[in-house]
Amino acid sequence: MSERILQVDALARVEGEGALYVRLKGDEIEKVEFRIFEPPRFFEAFLQGRDAHETPDITSRICGICPIAYIMGASQAVEQALGVSVTPEIHELRRLIYCGEWIQSHVLHAAMLHAPDFLNLHDAIKIAEVNPELVKTALRLKKIGNSLMEVVGGRAVHPVNTRVGGFYSAPDKAKVKALLPELEWGIAAARDVAVAFSKFDFPDDEYDYTFVSLKHPETYAIAEGRLVSNRGLDIGVPEFNDHFFEEHVARSNALHGHMKDGSAYLVGPLARYANNYAQLTDAVKETAALCGLGEVVRNPFKSILVRMIEVQYALEEAARIVRVYEPPKQPFIDTPPRAGEGHGCTEAPRGICYHTYKLDAEGLVTHAQIVPPTSQNQPQIEADLTRVVAANMDMADADLQWRCEQTIRNYDPCISCATHFLKLTVERV
Amino acid sequence: MAKPKLAVWKFSSCDGCQLSLLDCEDELLDIAGQIDIAHFLEATSEIKNGPYDISLVEGSITTPHDVERIRKVRENSKVLITIGACATAGGIQSLRNFADVKEFTNIVYAHPEYISTLEKSDAIADHVKVDFELRGCPVSKHQLLELITATLAGRKPYVPNASQCMECKRAGTVCVMVAKGTPCLGPVTQAGCGNLCPSHGRGCYGCFGPKENPNPPALSAHLSELGMASREVRDFYRSFNAGAPEFAKESTSHE
Repeated sequence: MSERILQVDALARVEGEGALYVRLKGDEIEKVEFRIFEPPRFFEAFLQGRDAHETPDITSRICGICPIAYIMGASQAVEQALGVSVTPEIHELRRLIYCGEWIQSHVLHAAMLHAPDFLNLHDAIKIAEVNPELVKTALRLKKIGNSLMEVVGGRAVHPVNTRVGGFYSAPDKAKVKALLPELEWGIAAARDVAVAFSKFDFPDDEYDYTFVSLKHPETYAIAEGRLVSNRGLDIGVPEFNDHFFEEHVARSNALHGHMKDGSAYLVGPLARYANNYAQLTDAVKETAALCGLGEVVRNPFKSILVRMIEVQYALEEAARIVRVYEPPKQPFIDTPPRAGEGHGCTEAPRGICYHTYKLDAEGLVTHAQIVPPTSQNQPQIEADLTRVVAANMDMADADLQWRCEQTIRNYDPCISCATHFLKLTVERV
Repeated sequence: MAKPKLAVWKFSSCDGCQLSLLDCEDELLDIAGQIDIAHFLEATSEIKNGPYDISLVEGSITTPHDVERIRKVRENSKVLITIGACATAGGIQSLRNFADVKEFTNIVYAHPEYISTLEKSDAIADHVKVDFELRGCPVSKHQLLELITATLAGRKPYVPNASQCMECKRAGTVCVMVAKGTPCLGPVTQAGCGNLCPSHGRGCYGCFGPKENPNPPALSAHLSELGMASREVRDFYRSFNAGAPEFAKESTSHE
């Protein structure tokens, strides 16, 4: 029987270094691998012995695209370990800066990294040659997210104003209010981009995913909530390790996340949307309807639409918070050291990101565990690849390869994130 | 005349410095009009062969494969510029350089044999000739734009190597160390971030690495007077630029 091998040694338009390998014998799939070869950086090993107050700044360097996810997860976990909780004002500011991260990360992926797949183009610059207005709109939207992060956090990549307990200084009222006109423009612009993308020719693919996300009683969950699934899971964040486990496989420098029964699950925009649709605003639901989406989206290729819908939601949320913003008199609460254990989990743009730390009496880290979204999605990405390959055997190799790469990009995989919890082995050269 | 070819390369890093290029929302399309983006995996699936006129290199060298790869990048590049603390000093992952490796490896791991890694995280310049180093964790996008513009124009980029203190003075930011006794690495750290931390009431934590001819022992004496324990002083120098020689030496003297 003839053997077909599809191989991409270095995937493009993803964050970090990953590879794809598919081997077919006739109509039989022999191997499907989404391999992560981004070198390990050993965050969990070198966090040991560091002051817990350093964990947000250090772990933010896991990922330049979603630093807020690490800053917030680490801050939450350390605050729990220290037995303190932040004020509602600080919480709102955290939600505001998190909206900025969702906006910039989602627009980057949807418009600049993922949209080219549907247009058979290599990149956003090529899109700009045929549709400059679309790319200019996307860049302006992305900039709103970065501006939010700069005004609240001092810097878009690795913000400096965030800390355990809150913020070093209260963001300037005039600068925060000045964001409003762009946010209001952005709400309509995000809707238009979502509707424009909904005209793409989407591959026919559906799967009955296990969707895992945070859920909050009052709002579409971003920075806090319980862990839930569409199959009845409903647990507090500290119970994460009782229900999920990670496995080390030879082909990957990232651990693979599974449910305790061994099954794969999906985190990220599709999961949040499915679990928390009811909490979206009417305007956002209207955009979803205009895009032809129901209350649950099971076609992973349509994740690009859900990302743009979440951009619209994040812009609306940011505008709401900005309108009523008054600088808190106390931008942070005191966080004296003590021994303890804490857990944090927030919705990074790519899905839930879990942290847990144990601290000694001086407040130094004795144990650290970080579970980023992409490692949780890795088994599901491989399952999707297998399904997509099986359904498209008749495609020419080049087309099938493109479809496979697109399948991986459906997840906006952040490979830089996924590799950071490995322990060190040494190879001397 | 053909447009100059730009390549962007990633080694061990968080992607934040190359993201800074995509974060130039107002300038990106103009940049793309002036240069041929020939290799930039994070942004495009189109890959053109070298040689390249300018290579921007993000990340540190941490695997045997990286060592080979950076040599090939150098051979294929007229100008090689490193961007960010990982590339210029080994990054946060260079904390392994100070670890007792035996103790590190003893941390039980399911299948250590699956992992290939070097004992240290190195700056790019430890392996190949580098034409210019742009500091920062992350780099400043303004400095990045200046660097690209200057390189295209064939002139020296304007990237001052004075201390963070100079930025505070120019911006009129009150000294957090003098006024509030807040520990600050500003006196030994290169300027360039845009006076971020002190202007937010926080001490500088060294994202841009050592300034030219710094005097860390003098600063450390002052940090001790402010009440910092030896371990705290050591860790203060030991973050994103821990591998920079001046910071590495000073942190080790507080072990």
